[in-house]
Amino acid sequence: MDTKPNTLLEVRHVHQIYTSGSRKFTAVQDVNITLQEGEFVALLGPSGCGKSTLLRIITGLQKPSEGEVLYRGSKLQGVNPYATIVFQTFALFPWLTVYQNVELALKARGVAPNLRSSRAIDLIDRVGLDGFENAYPRELSGGMRQKVGFARAMAVEPELLCLDEPFSALDVLSAEALRGELLELWTSGNIPTKAILMVSHNIEEVVFMADRIVVMDKEPGRVIAELKINLPHPRQRQSDSFRALVDEVYGLLAGQTQPESAELGSEPGQPGFTRRLPNTTISDLAGLLEYLADKPNNEADIYRISEELSLDSDQVLRLTEMSELLGFATVAKGDIKLTPLGETFAEASILARKEIFATRIRRLPLVRWLLRMLQRADKHALELDVVKMALELEFPPEEAEKQLDTLINWGRYAEILSYDDSEEKIYLEYSSEKEPAAV
Amino acid sequence: MGLLQNILPPKERMSRIFTWGDAVVLLLITALFYAGVRVAFNAPAEIQGPAIVLKPQVLPWYALLSLGRMAAAYLLSLLFTLFYGRAAAYNLRAEKVLLPLLDVLQSVPILSFLPVVLLSLSAVLPQRVAAELASIVLIFTSQAWNMTFGWYQSLTTIPKELREASAIFRLNNWLRFKQLELPFGMISLIWNSMMSWAGGWFFVMAAEIFTVGSRDFRLPGLGAFLRQASIEGNLSAIGWGLLALVTVIIALDQLIWRPLLAWSDRFKLEMVESDQPPTSWFYDLVNDSRLLSHIREYFARLFDRLDLYLVRKYPMKGIFQETEFKTRWTDWALLSMGIILIGYGGLLAFHMLVNLPLAQWWGIIMGVLATLLRVFTSLAIALAWTIPVGVAIGTNRRVAAVIQPIVQIAASIPATAIFPVFLLLVINLVGGLNIAAIFLMLMGTQWYLLFNIIAGASAIPQDLKYTAALLGLKKWSRWRTLILPALFPYIITGAITASGGAWNASIVAEYIDFGGKTLTTTGLGATIAKATALGNYPLLLASTLSMVFTVVMINRLVWRRLYRVAEEKYRLE
Repeated sequence: MDTKPNTLLEVRHVHQIYTSGSRKFTAVQDVNITLQEGEFVALLGPSGCGKSTLLRIITGLQKPSEGEVLYRGSKLQGVNPYATIVFQTFALFPWLTVYQNVELALKARGVAPNLRSSRAIDLIDRVGLDGFENAYPRELSGGMRQKVGFARAMAVEPELLCLDEPFSALDVLSAEALRGELLELWTSGNIPTKAILMVSHNIEEVVFMADRIVVMDKEPGRVIAELKINLPHPRQRQSDSFRALVDEVYGLLAGQTQPESAELGSEPGQPGFTRRLPNTTISDLAGLLEYLADKPNNEADIYRISEELSLDSDQVLRLTEMSELLGFATVAKGDIKLTPLGETFAEASILARKEIFATRIRRLPLVRWLLRMLQRADKHALELDVVKMALELEFPPEEAEKQLDTLINWGRYAEILSYDDSEEKIYLEYSSEKEPAAV
Repeated sequence: MGLLQNILPPKERMSRIFTWGDAVVLLLITALFYAGVRVAFNAPAEIQGPAIVLKPQVLPWYALLSLGRMAAAYLLSLLFTLFYGRAAAYNLRAEKVLLPLLDVLQSVPILSFLPVVLLSLSAVLPQRVAAELASIVLIFTSQAWNMTFGWYQSLTTIPKELREASAIFRLNNWLRFKQLELPFGMISLIWNSMMSWAGGWFFVMAAEIFTVGSRDFRLPGLGAFLRQASIEGNLSAIGWGLLALVTVIIALDQLIWRPLLAWSDRFKLEMVESDQPPTSWFYDLVNDSRLLSHIREYFARLFDRLDLYLVRKYPMKGIFQETEFKTRWTDWALLSMGIILIGYGGLLAFHMLVNLPLAQWWGIIMGVLATLLRVFTSLAIALAWTIPVGVAIGTNRRVAAVIQPIVQIAASIPATAIFPVFLLLVINLVGGLNIAAIFLMLMGTQWYLLFNIIAGASAIPQDLKYTAALLGLKKWSRWRTLILPALFPYIITGAITASGGAWNASIVAEYIDFGGKTLTTTGLGATIAKATALGNYPLLLASTLSMVFTVVMINRLVWRRLYRVAEEKYRLE
């Protein structure tokens, strides 16, 4: 194989397939990535796109169903000894002090005691935690805990430093501070790390930090684009070139509103693709539509929404997806525009909103399918488990549960169905008892 | 005490009532039992144990002997737990066999295995050694199962990121055990150890004196002392014996368990400081000691060297595991050999059972019903007093401060030790042993319920209590809408353990040597005890299997269903 001398990592045709009963679900589909020495690459995508799974495959924590991972030209047979991970939830041992947590990583590699302590102390100093060596993780703030996570990951001098959403469990200020500190360590060349691979769902974050973005999308998890970022560090978030890039990435991920039949998908059990309902609340949707109704032309750049409503990009994308799906807005080239229907919804009273919402979700194949099952059922009621089992033919079990939750939530708001938690039964509301018009 | 839930298997396995695994396990037990009986037939025909001296002076020595047996059995349980739990947690194939096995094992009435173990050991070993070993094995079987379940559950609930972190930072098996698994499972292990010791004391009382037919086994110890005293009806000796026992138990609690609990608080996974960490004066004392801190440092350095040696010698392999099992021919060979052996033993045992007269089977069925009735009556009585008292203690700090220590001491006395005293009081009442047996079961089982109810009552959130007060709920409706629903899961958890304990207690409660007489009543426990005393092995086997079967079925048909309802509907989370 023609591997360039400074190629660190190669992911070749990696697939990850899960089986649940007799069904197979593709979590990762045919991913190919290469990582050169000196690169900071980000894996970006909405939740559920398989980026965390991919990170586990890349570090050798998990074996891919198909395909292979090459590290410096040779195939990974297990956990990659040259890579470490900084975890989203820190993954510190709560019964060990800051110092012991860092030292343990060195001890596990057989480093002699005196060398161990000098290196651990040095790393703790470098991330700015001197004075906290003997503190337990529970005594520290989230930001400080993640600093321990970084110190531990860098103490063993990995060639490849992997970051699994390292800032998403932190508050905004500590996250921002820590991003800056990491970039400083990285760009100054003071650490022996040869490359960084960061998983993130936060668009601004990856544009701020990475040299290259690998954009992934879900259903199935796959790479949809790669993007080089040539802005010099430190990057200015307010600069036009930065904003243009953020806008471009939003454009890639938000996609473009398709003709209705393609947008809605097919019913469960029918041929074709069953569209998942985005997991959002109706009050958030109403908030977004009201915000758009206040804008000139009822239109906005999607990336600005996240700034102005202080939502993270994942939430914004789910909301735009929901507005698109219900026909309240259209999306094109990273912009979102209210439709007349969306405008009506934004201005309507509570009851009128419910009515509009009800008529809109009745068009969704998943809702139509559920209503029809209920109409045919005895007493217009169905056991929750029955519906869940039917959904599991279409989605992986966890996703089936999420879809069911969303269905019940939306249906309750629209007053087309009700749910009794103690009996675990779904009922048809009186107003929905008529057969729906054939479509 | 909330950790009692550990005894319950994970939810997925709770749905099946009776599996093939259970059938195999039951057959295995039957076969083992039969093998034991075969060996037991070769035991010496007449055995006279050493005399038990009923003088207070011997008590320290006797206490030490009993303690030694307990410690030996506990060590055995600990080793068993660490290995068995690990095998069940990490090996998918082993899990399928090991878990059902454990599940049935904990329903086996330990006392009915004692004669078989004892006699088969005494056939091959000197009598004294056999008796010592048998008592240790018996205590072990009363200690091991809940610890193993707890450890298995800890291992399977270690958070995924911590596992991933230990893989990515290349912790080898030793470091993973020392820094991840042991700390993570420590609190559960300590709580379960405490419960195991309490259960162990219960059986020490029974395991130190044992009569099988004309063979009389006895080991000097606290249990033998108390039994001898009650056989002779020597009240002052009973008093001295109880005093020694309570002293030992309290000393263990203060000098070992409390300090361990205080120490283990650091292993809580929560990322916040706990409000009321467990405290211990002895722990604080030891912690301040200079000398000990030197010793600790010395050991820390020693362990550090050991760590380094092991890490360098056996580094983490971390290669991909094969996810699909290929069945090898050796597996088949082992499996078929096992099946043949178990099948053969089972067949012979079956032969033994078939030859049992119909009248005795009828007696067993009546016994099951009678004991069932007693178990549920004792449970009902226990509930009737533990709910109000438990709620009073759990919701009121001032009451708790006064009553809790008393309750703890009372609960720490093994029921087997106070049976004789208690018997003196109730034996002449109406119904005799028939009624007294219910109270004897009660003595042993009410504490599980009480502790669980206290835990449940103190876990009722303050805001719910305020809401109930604001709504002006009257006494009864407050109980109905707030307290009872909140307690329900705890009551069920306590009741599961309590009913299991009551079945086991029936063996000592329904058939008693007291003051030179043998008292007995109708019941499965009495049948087992009688069969033991007479050396009637077919009857012993039949009645033991009946008890295992009944307990397992009740667990699955009644308790697990209730537990599931509790889990799903009444969880305050």
